[in-house]
Amino acid sequence: MRLEAKGLSFCYERAGRQILKSVSLALEDGERVGLMAPSGYGKTTLCKILAGYESADCGEVLLDGKPLKEYRGYCPVQMVWQHPELSVNPRRRLKTVLSEGDFPAQNDGLQSHIEQELGILEEWKERYPSEVSGGELQRFCIARALGERTQILIADEITTMLDLVTQAQIWDFLLKETGKRGIGLIAVSHSPELLSKICHRVLKLDETNI
Amino acid sequence: MKTSGKSSMLKRVGSRSAYGKRKAGFPGNRRLATTVLLVLTVCFLAAVTIMGYFWQEEAVRTDFSRKNLPPCVLYPFGTDWMGRDMFMRTITGLSFSIRIGLLTAAVSAGIAFFSGLAAVVMGKLVNDLVLLFIDVVMGIPHMLLLILISFACGRGFWGVVAGIAFTHWASLARLIRGEVLQLKQSQYVKIAERLGKSRRYIAFCHLAPNLISQFVTGLILLFPHAILHEASITFLGFGLSPEKPAIGIILAESMKYLAMGKWWIALFPGLFLVVVVLLFHYAGQSVCRLIDPGSVHE
Repeated sequence: MRLEAKGLSFCYERAGRQILKSVSLALEDGERVGLMAPSGYGKTTLCKILAGYESADCGEVLLDGKPLKEYRGYCPVQMVWQHPELSVNPRRRLKTVLSEGDFPAQNDGLQSHIEQELGILEEWKERYPSEVSGGELQRFCIARALGERTQILIADEITTMLDLVTQAQIWDFLLKETGKRGIGLIAVSHSPELLSKICHRVLKLDETNI
Repeated sequence: MKTSGKSSMLKRVGSRSAYGKRKAGFPGNRRLATTVLLVLTVCFLAAVTIMGYFWQEEAVRTDFSRKNLPPCVLYPFGTDWMGRDMFMRTITGLSFSIRIGLLTAAVSAGIAFFSGLAAVVMGKLVNDLVLLFIDVVMGIPHMLLLILISFACGRGFWGVVAGIAFTHWASLARLIRGEVLQLKQSQYVKIAERLGKSRRYIAFCHLAPNLISQFVTGLILLFPHAILHEASITFLGFGLSPEKPAIGIILAESMKYLAMGKWWIALFPGLFLVVVVLLFHYAGQSVCRLIDPGSVHE
């Protein structure tokens, strides 16, 4: 699916600092785009708008030509957040994180395949979020976002807290999986090396967009 | 939103270190010790409730050959001016109070839980309605509303139960509504919304587990209120009938005899009422501690 953002502007408070100023971008079917900017330039805000968590003050987000807001139920654009510990309910066991993902019963091969590739162990599933490490938790969040109906994945600094070997493993898997299923990817990172390695092109949010 | 997330993380870390400190005083597995004490507490309360239930006949038996006896081996709590065994009367009264307290606190907390949850989850109209009801219940003086409802329901047991249950839910409902409003802003709830989860799924799977500690604490704080209001409404003559050996009635009657030096008639029932209330408080705290996932390894 094609994701298109047209002239997005956003500020958090009325008359507050303008975070985004007419940002436009387009993501073709199956394309991988990197997003780079210094801290505070509105990368996460842009991701939130693209995934439908926030609505922009002006401008619109179109998915295959249809406004994203008109998609009811499961949103084909899924976002993985920077902080996995805030993305899961601290009072529920980790198996419930996976059960929230879009893994229908007739396609149960998908879930076990993703679990295996991400290295999710069976014993972690019975634990609470406070009982696993941040990296282990992030794998659950990634698995949850890769449900069957996901068409576009937005990865907001998802491997920042991981060691290099794990980072490589996770990105290797994500490249394979998105390539196989034709999922579009928007990756946010502070590392130009990582983005140039995994993305078809890299966009920079700069002074003109904030 | 970001800052609220951070502060809640800080809170979590803070509470965990507090647990760590207290842990030092407990040899062995703290979780196990808490569980054992909790089971003992529940057993004691259950025993009082059941014993009192079966002593109902005995507790009202009068025998003027043994009236006004101070505490002795045969009658550990003494007897009153009609020769009734105060130990049996106390246990029966406590049993009665526990049953009324449990029933009314549970109904009250249930109303509070569902109205607080519904106010946020089910949209603006329900929210306005719940807020209106909360204002009405909290706006009318407690005792007055209690008497009105109890009187309208024909007094007696069910009158008291209805009166207490329908007047005590408002403040807990307000607390739960506030908590739900805050939880609804959390990242995992927003993610669940984007994953196409229904309002009912979010309410019962994401919000409800986070409300259990508020719910249990509220339930336990309601319990002494319920007993004391049962006692006061009975004292005023709008509640239970005077021949029932409820703890409120025992205390009200004993006032007349306290000045005459019959201290045991008031002391033991009052003391045991306090003990039962404290045990409920302890049981509530233990349950809170056991259901907090952060304490799994203590």
